[in-house]
Amino acid sequence: MDCSEVIAGIKNRFPDFSVLSVTQAYVDEIYIKVSRQFFKDTCLALHKAFSSPVAMFFASDERRDTGKFVVNCVFVNFKKSQWIIVSMDVPQDAPYFDSLAKSIHSASLFEREIWEMFGLEPKGNPDLRRLRLHDEVWPKGNYPLRKDFQSMQAGDLSDYKFGKVEGEGVFEIPVGPVHAGIIGPGHFRFSVAGEPIINLETRFGFTHRGVEKLFEGKSCLEAIRLSECVSGDMSFGHSLAFAQAVEKISRVSIPKQAVYLRGIFLELERMYNHVNDIGGMAVDVGFSFPSAYASVIKEAILQLNDKLTASRYLKKVNAVGGVLKDLDEDKRLILLDSLKSIKKDFNQLVKILYSSVSFMDRIDTTGALRRKTAEGIGVVGLIARASGIPADLREYFPGVGAVYKEARFKMVTEESGDVLARLKLRIAEFKESSRLIEFFTGKLMTGQEISSYPELKQGSALGYAEGWRGPVLYWIETDAAGLIQRCKIVDPSFLNWQGLSYAVLGNIIPDFPLCNKSFDLSYSGGDL
Amino acid sequence: MLQILKNRILKGVLTRHIEPGLSGKIDPAGRELKSLIQKKFGRSLHIRQLDSGSCGACQSEIISANNPIYDLQRFGVNFVASPRHADALLVTGPVSRNMFIALKKTYEAMPEPKFVITCGDCALSGGPFKDSYYVCRAAKDILPVVLHIPGCPPSPLQIISALNTFLRKA
Repeated sequence: MDCSEVIAGIKNRFPDFSVLSVTQAYVDEIYIKVSRQFFKDTCLALHKAFSSPVAMFFASDERRDTGKFVVNCVFVNFKKSQWIIVSMDVPQDAPYFDSLAKSIHSASLFEREIWEMFGLEPKGNPDLRRLRLHDEVWPKGNYPLRKDFQSMQAGDLSDYKFGKVEGEGVFEIPVGPVHAGIIGPGHFRFSVAGEPIINLETRFGFTHRGVEKLFEGKSCLEAIRLSECVSGDMSFGHSLAFAQAVEKISRVSIPKQAVYLRGIFLELERMYNHVNDIGGMAVDVGFSFPSAYASVIKEAILQLNDKLTASRYLKKVNAVGGVLKDLDEDKRLILLDSLKSIKKDFNQLVKILYSSVSFMDRIDTTGALRRKTAEGIGVVGLIARASGIPADLREYFPGVGAVYKEARFKMVTEESGDVLARLKLRIAEFKESSRLIEFFTGKLMTGQEISSYPELKQGSALGYAEGWRGPVLYWIETDAAGLIQRCKIVDPSFLNWQGLSYAVLGNIIPDFPLCNKSFDLSYSGGDL
Repeated sequence: MLQILKNRILKGVLTRHIEPGLSGKIDPAGRELKSLIQKKFGRSLHIRQLDSGSCGACQSEIISANNPIYDLQRFGVNFVASPRHADALLVTGPVSRNMFIALKKTYEAMPEPKFVITCGDCALSGGPFKDSYYVCRAAKDILPVVLHIPGCPPSPLQIISALNTFLRKA
């Protein structure tokens, strides 16, 4: 099924339905412009037709030019490798729209975001609590992503209302924002009856830094460095999604060498994080030897990154139009050599974990996120795959040069959705990544162009990359001077934190760190 | 269990795998750190790390500094879970408005004498986030910061050598 059939389907149901325009902006991007009254029905129809959660849902302030806000809701059609963007205008004197949240759960967080950042009310959304602008420090009526926002105006402060579970023997355990480890800040509030968790309320936004606003007015060259600081452990994934959005706008083609190099760096990032995670799972059950072992492997990959690119976290490697760092023959040898010993160590690590009965017993069936729940809340990336949802951008979006297809990339999924499934998936992906790197390295040549120099144009486009946590999405709009007007970022953590709240239900509190680590989400990526 | 023992016997001391170039840097720096900590703190330095809005890269490097390769703990540096156990507060990231109160409360919860270290470029001035509507003043305008560790993020070795430079003068 493609878009035109979906539109015909809606027309059958609503005789007076009309689409204002359908444009295919790029091969993989279709915009459907509708009036405000039909926005919800169009979204519902697309959601059903492609069984796609809301991938992205955001507003932008176009009042200076047209006197209106524009609201876009993005769905993904994996079969056709296309993103479908439903777009509507919201007039400034009537700043509201019909909420989708009751029909599509994955729209809920995005609507709250639009409400707090732009002051556009999603009418009918049962939960309009603010996500990032905490009521205790940020007065009502300040909408920072509006273009005319200058600085915070004083006003009433209030308290945040947590969801409550009441009853005999039910008590609450609040944790955070400051946790007992070297980790980011977030607030978790458990309601427990005896040992098992019966509700987990999360509250985030503690690392909110106003990233999206900071992108505005920046040139793309400056902004790509900022994208590396959105989530520090996924700096390459973020800069890649950003760069691809800008490259689409300027319609530039990337040298093949650069595409392979990007593949290598993206997979290196996946490897050091997956092994870090596996070590984290071991540490959270008090199994210190494998966790120390995993951290040695992580260190080896970080040092490898450093040797190849002069940055342990692959910063200042990506550029709009290609990459800045080439791998000459010596470096390729170092890469392949190190991979060999890294793989050997990794296999040993897996053996140790799998041969520990108490470890396996602890993670099996723990923190299960069932597929139906996962689909309902719209989790993405590795967490979705662990619950049996086949979703991997590397599989469905062959992208530039289709290098993943060329390498015969194999998407891995697991069925059970528990900690064990996520562990197995990370192990499988680690191995697949190292295979991909070997393949891509074999394709590199000496003395090739590694960057083209795009002319920055006016326009908008969606950039995306399958980072190690899942899809990173950047929607960028630039003006005639090539400066960024609006940048919407969706880090996989944003949607996946909800998955954690469901996965821990029925588990005991001591297993929470284990569940949390098996998700390994980013505070800063979700908080922006 | 047998697997672990076998592995332990076969592997021996893991640190022997460190490249000579790297261990040549870690060991002298670490030895100096250890003797400085002995001198200034009696035995060990306890640090409570706090993220006031960072991207996570600095935390990742602080964790790396505790891995078996660098193993800060053997030089007398311990990262503790509670501010009540800490001599120093190590702040990473720009200070988000939402973390302002938590940052102050964490500092207040620490026993005297105490000092504050900032880690990473963002913590010094806000870095790329300094003009944001949601970033407060820099940590040094809120708390008495005595040492800054520069870098984006600083590597484990840079963390060790910054501590050395500071302790030599302190």
